[in-house]
Amino acid sequence: MAQKLIVIGAGMASGRMLEHLFEQGGDWDVTLFNAEPRGTYNRIMLSPVLSGEKTYEQIETHNAQWYDDQGVTTRFGEKVVAIDRAAKTVTAENGDVLPYDKLVIATGSNPFIIPLPGHDLEGVIAYRDLEDTYRMMELGKTEGSSAVVIGGGLLGLEAAAGLHAQGVDTTVVHIMGHLMERQLDESAGYLLRKELVGRGIKVLCATNSKQILGENGKVTGLELDNGTVLPCDLLVMAVGIRPNVALAKEAGLATGRAIHVDATMQTSDPDILALGECVELDGMLFGLVAPIYDQAKVAAKTLVGEAAGYVHRDVSTKLKVTGCDLFSAGDFAEGEDREDIVFRDPARGVYKRIVLKDNKILGAVMYGDTADGNWFFGMMKDGTDVSDIRDTLIFGPAFQGGASGDPLAAVAALPDDAEICGCNGICKSTIVNAVKNGAHTLADVRATTKASASCGTCTGLVEQVMAVTLGDDFVIPAAQSICGCSDHTHEDIRRLIKAKALKSEAAVWQELGWKTANGCHVCRPAVNYYLLADWPLEYQDNLQSRFVNERRHANIQKDGTYSVVPRMWGGMTTPDELRAIADASEKYGAKLHVTGGQRIDLLGVKKEDLTAIWDDLNAAGMVSGHAYSKGLRTVKTCVGKEFCRFGTQDSSGLGIQLEKKLWGSWTPHKVKLGVSGCPRNCAEATCKDIGVVCVDSGYQIGVAGAAGMDVKETERLIDAKTEAEAIEWIAAFMQLYRENAKYLDRPYKWVAKVGLDWVKDTLSNAEERAALNERFEISQSVYRKDPWADHVKNHSEQYQPLADITLEAAE
Amino acid sequence: MSWIDIGHLNDIPVRGSRVVKTPVGCVAIVRSSETEAYAIGNTCPHKQGPLSEGIVHGKKITCPLHNAVFSLETGEGTDGHQIPTFPLKIEGGRLLLDGASVGKRSAA
Repeated sequence: MAQKLIVIGAGMASGRMLEHLFEQGGDWDVTLFNAEPRGTYNRIMLSPVLSGEKTYEQIETHNAQWYDDQGVTTRFGEKVVAIDRAAKTVTAENGDVLPYDKLVIATGSNPFIIPLPGHDLEGVIAYRDLEDTYRMMELGKTEGSSAVVIGGGLLGLEAAAGLHAQGVDTTVVHIMGHLMERQLDESAGYLLRKELVGRGIKVLCATNSKQILGENGKVTGLELDNGTVLPCDLLVMAVGIRPNVALAKEAGLATGRAIHVDATMQTSDPDILALGECVELDGMLFGLVAPIYDQAKVAAKTLVGEAAGYVHRDVSTKLKVTGCDLFSAGDFAEGEDREDIVFRDPARGVYKRIVLKDNKILGAVMYGDTADGNWFFGMMKDGTDVSDIRDTLIFGPAFQGGASGDPLAAVAALPDDAEICGCNGICKSTIVNAVKNGAHTLADVRATTKASASCGTCTGLVEQVMAVTLGDDFVIPAAQSICGCSDHTHEDIRRLIKAKALKSEAAVWQELGWKTANGCHVCRPAVNYYLLADWPLEYQDNLQSRFVNERRHANIQKDGTYSVVPRMWGGMTTPDELRAIADASEKYGAKLHVTGGQRIDLLGVKKEDLTAIWDDLNAAGMVSGHAYSKGLRTVKTCVGKEFCRFGTQDSSGLGIQLEKKLWGSWTPHKVKLGVSGCPRNCAEATCKDIGVVCVDSGYQIGVAGAAGMDVKETERLIDAKTEAEAIEWIAAFMQLYRENAKYLDRPYKWVAKVGLDWVKDTLSNAEERAALNERFEISQSVYRKDPWADHVKNHSEQYQPLADITLEAAE
Repeated sequence: MSWIDIGHLNDIPVRGSRVVKTPVGCVAIVRSSETEAYAIGNTCPHKQGPLSEGIVHGKKITCPLHNAVFSLETGEGTDGHQIPTFPLKIEGGRLLLDGASVGKRSAA
């Protein structure tokens, strides 16, 4: 007699399982329930349907006709509402009670809907089934419609690309810092974002949603945490899925995050199997098709009593958006015992990263050129030892074939028409010919071929071609690079950030070919500075790329406590300020010290107390003195003509004006000013980075002094007639230094490199001076504010321990 | 192992760190990427610098006082220095630290 098999859910898992079951033969009486009013289709191909590249009929795998032919009783559009395990029956929505010998649960998963206010409005949908897909396609028929997609993962981006292809104005809102963070590292995420933005899709990363706005019960927009409102006609949530386990749970089957099954796909009830996205096996959940098809095979065998066991295997991911070529497989996190091989070709937008451990491939991420993905993936699955080919591994299979371990051999093996310089389209043979015709230095090759003469990132490759051609006659020169993460010098990096309009750390790492995933403690603070100096409005200062003092807005001391220095404009103070400092000193147990820059230092403040002491000092009207920054430190003044019988001008007044204009600005290294009221120079202005000496006829402005490791007198920049003129020149000098100097070069070192004449010539041009002042003010519109007040208000939790678990231990 | 919930991954900035006070002293919880975090001893063996204030890069952290670099995975540092590491896991965004490894007696 035929065994009665009931299958709940006609998704990809059960379609494939039934196919295997019928292949194996046996006498089955199958009833198939499906909540969706249709048979089985390839859910992962919904994206090509959405983008219009395929039709539904093309993605059907097992339609009603197919099931009919197999003798399956289909109940499409009907749900099962209960399972009675004791009676071995299921109850359908319409009340029918059906007996089973074997039951298969393949209820899949439900999209996760973030419970934001307004999530139940009409027009808020998930991206899960054909109905959702048609809904999005429908929207494209209305001219000028817009959509917001919450979620920058695989599904969200496919939805966004599809909506965009339908002509819908689309914005992606993603909570994480880069797209597809589970499959991609930052560099690949950056390239993906660049591609999508280039197509016209708006992408907001590191962005939180606050609420969904609606009118008359219908969605009208999404409000973000920062108050921005994105108007939309449709809001798609693609933030993840949850296994659909309600039915199994009610039936008393063992469940955790999903329905527990063993390797034979059997649940805690021997007559009930489960497979697909609704199961949990060895703590793992399943969302990709390959392991689920494996499960289908196992389940079919288990049903006929054949021994079979599911074995987990690694899977790879590809994004199904036409033109976005990306590949991700395995584990691509960094690690001490792991080695990274990174290849970047900025001109073509190619990024490849292979992660090795013990000479075996552990993971791979690729963007732009994924042709070799499956070759790497194959070696990863097989655990192939790659030590013999590791030097050329990243170049792919075309390169292998017993190649030697010499890295130059890879270059030697390149075909004559291989492109070396992407900017100028120079191939290998052009360079080889130039070398043979007498170009024996890099400069000669650049001059005759233009290779490496544009962005310069191919310089290393050009040098290797020269080395291969010239043999021992050519020694590759070692340039002073920023650090081990990059071959570029500071100067090159500054130039390229401007020239290529690089506006994020990830952009610098990718476009300039960084060799590490996210830099190191040497290059990160420098790059962070260059970015914020060049793109004050676009770039978001990254506190995690700053040294502790600038991150915590205080100076760390040898015992781990901090020193706190409030600003005293021009070195002037008041009884109220002094009282507040005295109170704070007692309250927080801080020692007091008078600094060389006419400030008072509160020493020995605990990290946990920093925001509290700042709050107290803020309340007395004081702000950060930036005694910790590579930025404007202090303007030291003498009292000037208001009190001093020798004073020629209001030196303390000018000092206060200067400090109010310049404070908060970040610079390549610290900048200290002095303003003296007469040539007796009590403010020691002539050994400052910028110093003003007042005389009867005006203001002598000197720059590039030093009184630290080196001692050096300032050099005269200009004699200004008025305070306004002095301030204009000084701000222009600051901005010129900010835009051009190498990180950690004080002004005197920078001026020595570029020459005082160049500085004078540049600043003598009134237009140039005005432009520098304008750019300085744009930057100051962001940075001329008190970081203490900001941290008290917005970051105070970062100063406290994450948790304290010492107390409970004593109980 | 006895897992103690010490907070959410998003309480720590990406490539940032915060400390947890424990019976064996301060433990730095270091978030090395959007999705990964490690627990290490907070004190640099060189001059006792607070490692949680260091710059995080790749799976390494640099001491803020004198730039000693430590592996977040093994605790191995430059010049043969070694710091302890502690089992930490992330479940649904929650950070779970192994209580037994930081001197907490098991609750059971």
